[in-house]
Amino acid sequence: MTKQVQTIKEVTILFAGDSGDGSQTIGTVVTDASAIAGNDVSTLPDYPAEIRAPAGSLAGISGFQLRLSSHAIHTPGDTCDVLVVMNPAALKVNIDRLKPNGILIVNTDNFARRNLRLAGYERNPLEDGSLPRFQVFPVELTRLTRSALEDTGLSQREMDRCKNFFALGMVCWLYNRPVDYTIRWIKEKYARRPQYVEANTLAFKGGIAYCDMTEQFATSYEVKPAKFPPGTYRNIEGNMATALGLVAASQKSGLTLVYGSYPITPASNILHELAKYRNFGVITMQMEDEIASVGVAIGAAFSGALGVTGSSGPGIALKAEAINLAVMVELPLVICSIQRVGPSTGMPTKTEQADLLQMLYGRNGESPLPVIAASRPSDCFETVYEACQIAVKYMTPVIFMSDLYIAFGAEPWRIPKVSDLPPIPVTFRTDSEGFHPYLRDEKTLGRPWAVPGTPGLEHRIGGLEKENITGHVSYDPENHEGMIRLRAEKVARIADDIPPTEILGESEGELLVLGWGGTYGAIRTAVEHKLEEGASVSHVHLRYLNPLPKDLGDILKRFGKVLIPELNLGQLLQLVRARYLLEAIGLNKVQGQPFHVFEIESKIDELLKR
Amino acid sequence: MAKHESIKAVPTAKDFRGSVSPDWCPGCGDFGVLRALEMACAKLGRENHDYLTIGGIGCSSNLPGYINTYGMHTLHGRTLPIATGAKLGNHDLTVIVTGGDGDGYGIGGNHFVHTMRRNVDLLYVVMNNQIYGLTIGQASPTSRMGMKTKSTPFGNVEAPLNPVAMAIIAGATYVARGFSGDTRHITELMYQGMEHKGFALVDIFSPCITFNKDNTFPFFKQRVKKLEEIGHDPSDMQAAIEQGMVWGDEIPVGLFYQDTSRAPLDELEPVLGEGGPIAHRELGITKEQGDAIIKRMM
Ligand SMILES: Cc1ncc(C[n+]2csc(CCOP(=O)(O)OP(=O)(O)O)c2C)c(N)n1
Ligand code: SF4
Ligand SMILES: [Mg+2]
Repeated sequence: MTKQVQTIKEVTILFAGDSGDGSQTIGTVVTDASAIAGNDVSTLPDYPAEIRAPAGSLAGISGFQLRLSSHAIHTPGDTCDVLVVMNPAALKVNIDRLKPNGILIVNTDNFARRNLRLAGYERNPLEDGSLPRFQVFPVELTRLTRSALEDTGLSQREMDRCKNFFALGMVCWLYNRPVDYTIRWIKEKYARRPQYVEANTLAFKGGIAYCDMTEQFATSYEVKPAKFPPGTYRNIEGNMATALGLVAASQKSGLTLVYGSYPITPASNILHELAKYRNFGVITMQMEDEIASVGVAIGAAFSGALGVTGSSGPGIALKAEAINLAVMVELPLVICSIQRVGPSTGMPTKTEQADLLQMLYGRNGESPLPVIAASRPSDCFETVYEACQIAVKYMTPVIFMSDLYIAFGAEPWRIPKVSDLPPIPVTFRTDSEGFHPYLRDEKTLGRPWAVPGTPGLEHRIGGLEKENITGHVSYDPENHEGMIRLRAEKVARIADDIPPTEILGESEGELLVLGWGGTYGAIRTAVEHKLEEGASVSHVHLRYLNPLPKDLGDILKRFGKVLIPELNLGQLLQLVRARYLLEAIGLNKVQGQPFHVFEIESKIDELLKR
Repeated sequence: MAKHESIKAVPTAKDFRGSVSPDWCPGCGDFGVLRALEMACAKLGRENHDYLTIGGIGCSSNLPGYINTYGMHTLHGRTLPIATGAKLGNHDLTVIVTGGDGDGYGIGGNHFVHTMRRNVDLLYVVMNNQIYGLTIGQASPTSRMGMKTKSTPFGNVEAPLNPVAMAIIAGATYVARGFSGDTRHITELMYQGMEHKGFALVDIFSPCITFNKDNTFPFFKQRVKKLEEIGHDPSDMQAAIEQGMVWGDEIPVGLFYQDTSRAPLDELEPVLGEGGPIAHRELGITKEQGDAIIKRMM
């Protein structure tokens, strides 16, 4: 039988099943394969609310959404073209995301009465005619996988664990994904368990062969590579990019990286990644709590290392007192704050942007420090690198913000050449002539970095107010006010290093959409669409939240209206209103989920009265 | 860069005297500890810049401000993690941590346990006055049951913790106790503690003459008894714990426990293995290492 191949511009695929069904695994594999094949990709892993939820329950569903295309994309897609579900609960949780006439591949072997009941279905949705809007492909995934693996000698349980690769095989056939990468991946992953290499490969090929043979599928689709500037690309998740950015900063600055952390979602895998680089000169310390984690970084910074700590909102709250110590002793320190849903423990596996004011203000006293935020997974590399640059140049703690959505999401990233990265010059003070611990650099107002062990520079720093220049403890009222103003001025001067703000669209007009952090993709896509339709709308996305770019005030004034979409109740909105005395408008969502593009588009339409 | 060669004459205790004089109440036990620490540093013979003294918050935690070494006055209870980082950053330093019973055994209790477990190579001097001195006289984790303080006007109903026995069990490899009234003895204990490779606790009875009317100089003077006189083998952990539990008309002081077999953290940390203190190395990560990381990523 000859089958048709049809070229399409893009496709969005969503794999969903129990957390043990391996949706994350096959999602990641096909993403990497597609990135290597030259597609633009964007992913949205959706982890179950409860890690130990019972099998088949709604709370235990894990999903992985992947969008791949032949043109530039910024989001994993509001809805999907293909939904692969391993059980009724996965169907129930995700069916609303499938486009009309979308492809629904269902593992019918998991649709027994018990599974249906667990998902809260009274009748089988595959049989009661409730899915007429979709192209439903029922497949006996479990049985087919078992028969493909008949001769492997594996137990039934082990065979069933391979069924995700059968499903992946089907998707690879449907969308003509390269198969070599997957086969190589399986080989490396299970290198120590040859029987698993064989079984997963068989299951994968079984899925491909099944589609080839069955009458179910008549057409397959092809997504051509996207056009990227030349270079070496890999697919990268935000947290990996963060880890690599820190490593690169360590290499460029010549400072040894000391990363102190305490496990917390969604920051933990920065620690995991950096821990792999111990043989490459990176020290990671898993401390007893978040306070100790920031403490070890501050101590290391005093001794002349690149001290970095990472956590999420609850952990940053614990670190606040020590971050303030770093503000006072004016040592370089980078704090990675990967946001999740709050308050308190909130929804730890879901995304939100509600920690901005915590980062800016969550410390006692007048405690200014620079805060910068990454906007995309790959942008984490550059942004955290810049955080290190600022910390060392201005002798200050710097908060680098990211969020769960970009920390776990992935996109292609052009691997930079280390030689192309901006330098991070460091000088340790060694000359005792005229040395004073708080005698500042005239331009940056940074104080000298004099590391213990240097002859003749013995000095004492600490959290009590310092006398200007000498650094002695001082209760002098005038001095205190002077020091408060100096510390604020130092941080304000960082704005001199901020490049002119980039604007998508015209630099003046009816509406400016102003965003920060992980909402970049949704805002950018929405604004691009509206620009194509001829709307007078522009987009500015902020990396620098403190200090704000010097040109921002002027830019804002050039637009009739300013819309600020945020995954919080309006935190940047408050800042902008207070700072520029401007009536900006908020679009706010706090559901643990990123913005859909259409949500931003309809707000733009509303404001432009289109 | 190599370690700085010393050409200076052998330092004396006076070389370690800071330019700021302590603002402790006249007669406070902490004066004796400061003098003894200056002598211990002189005895160890390193130069001022080779020492880093880190304090928390409390009367006793102010000590780094009064001694002529590198110093850092940090946060209430958070000295030990910061000291751990400083030691990782430059493991050539002799790191001394000073604090009080509230700082170290109360708010810093978690770090106390874990820093001992890690066997970080530093000297930890706790000026244990069984009271919160700086905050003018509340009960501390080492205040005895029944003790009346500002926060326990009807008598303390909580049992005190035992830092010596706790340290031995938590993994400290040098555990000693002294009395600020015997400067020569605590000088020796602190000196030995700095010589020791690993976590050294020296808990020192350092009476707060202003807020603790129970645990006074005479109180300790009458009771302390040196382990050397009792006849104790510091390599015997069981015996050390037993001696650590003794509290009454006689209170043992001296070296309870020492284990020289366990390597400290800085010796076990692979990154520190080669090339001297990281602060003085040419590069945090060499170009070759950087390239290797990039290659692994592909
Ligand atoms: C986070 C925090 N909580 C409370 C305090 C207030 N405080 C300062 S010192 C101290 C207790 C000091 O007791 P101790 O450590 O025994 O030292 P001492 O003054 O007795 O030498 C307290 C509660 C503080 N500085 N920081
Ligand atoms: S209050 Fe007590 S501990 Fe503090 S300085 Fe005075 S005597 Fe010493
Ligand atoms: Mg005390």
